[in-house]
Amino acid sequence: MTAQAFFAMGGYAFYVWTAYGIALLVLVANIVIPIVQRKQFLRRQALKQKRKVL
Amino acid sequence: MFLIPDSVVRFFHRLASPPHFYAFTEQLMPWLAAAFLLVTLAGLYGGLYLAPPDYQQGDSYRIIYIHVPSAWMSLFIYVIMAIAGAIGLIWRIKLAEIVAISSAPVGAGFTFIALVTGSLWGKPMWGTWWVWDARLTSELILLFLYLGVIGLYGAIEDKRVASKAVAILALVGVVNIPIIHYSVEWWNTLHQGPTVTKMDKPSIHVTMLVPLLLMALSFKLYYLIAMLQRARTELLRRERNSQWVRTMVVENEQ
Repeated sequence: MTAQAFFAMGGYAFYVWTAYGIALLVLVANIVIPIVQRKQFLRRQALKQKRKVL
Repeated sequence: MFLIPDSVVRFFHRLASPPHFYAFTEQLMPWLAAAFLLVTLAGLYGGLYLAPPDYQQGDSYRIIYIHVPSAWMSLFIYVIMAIAGAIGLIWRIKLAEIVAISSAPVGAGFTFIALVTGSLWGKPMWGTWWVWDARLTSELILLFLYLGVIGLYGAIEDKRVASKAVAILALVGVVNIPIIHYSVEWWNTLHQGPTVTKMDKPSIHVTMLVPLLLMALSFKLYYLIAMLQRARTELLRRERNSQWVRTMVVENEQ
């Protein structure tokens, strides 16, 4: 199978790849968001703790 | 408890302690990620490349490899969320509450994926993006249940109270789960019946079945990873005034 035929998905390229693309987007977001939130929390908390010590 | 070895009991006792849970999940993460990548790549290779096109649906059926596992996960995660919520409600175990609420966004994500990929599969095969039939409507209600859980938790300031409210909502919503599962049998519907979870032989060829099961395993591993990431963040927020979090915040700065 050529790469072109593979990506063409027998004429259903739009439906198949949109489905996979949206799934990828949602799955990546659900991992990245909590990690970013944790980093933000740690940064903010560090500032708060310093203020209390001083 | 005499049936369970002492070491196993000790393991779970320690896991229920927040600092130990936080450290343990950190060590666990690379192994989960490696297993997830391996299984996912194998599943996608099998599903998108090795498996032949369907004799009726051509290549459009390949949406099945994300659609069906996502739909399974949307139900599976809901049940886990309700069970964890119930454990939190009865025994007041903080980590059970955290597992319950951390499951909600992951479950909502899978429900959304199941709905959207179903729509993208329905358009070329049924000729429509959406119909208000039993299967699709009950799955949409599931999405609203997840969003309701997330919204309710966010709206209540005291997170122990919020967890109680969320657990009750999740438990009430459990009635929707068998409705979704049996909707294709109880009502006349455009949605096709189950091909894998039938009591007799699955009506799907093994070259198509293996990648589907691999993707199902892949999404289970993904759920563990994503849920634990949420749980770790939520745990820090809730325990912000405890000594172990304060120490970690200082260590994290250096």
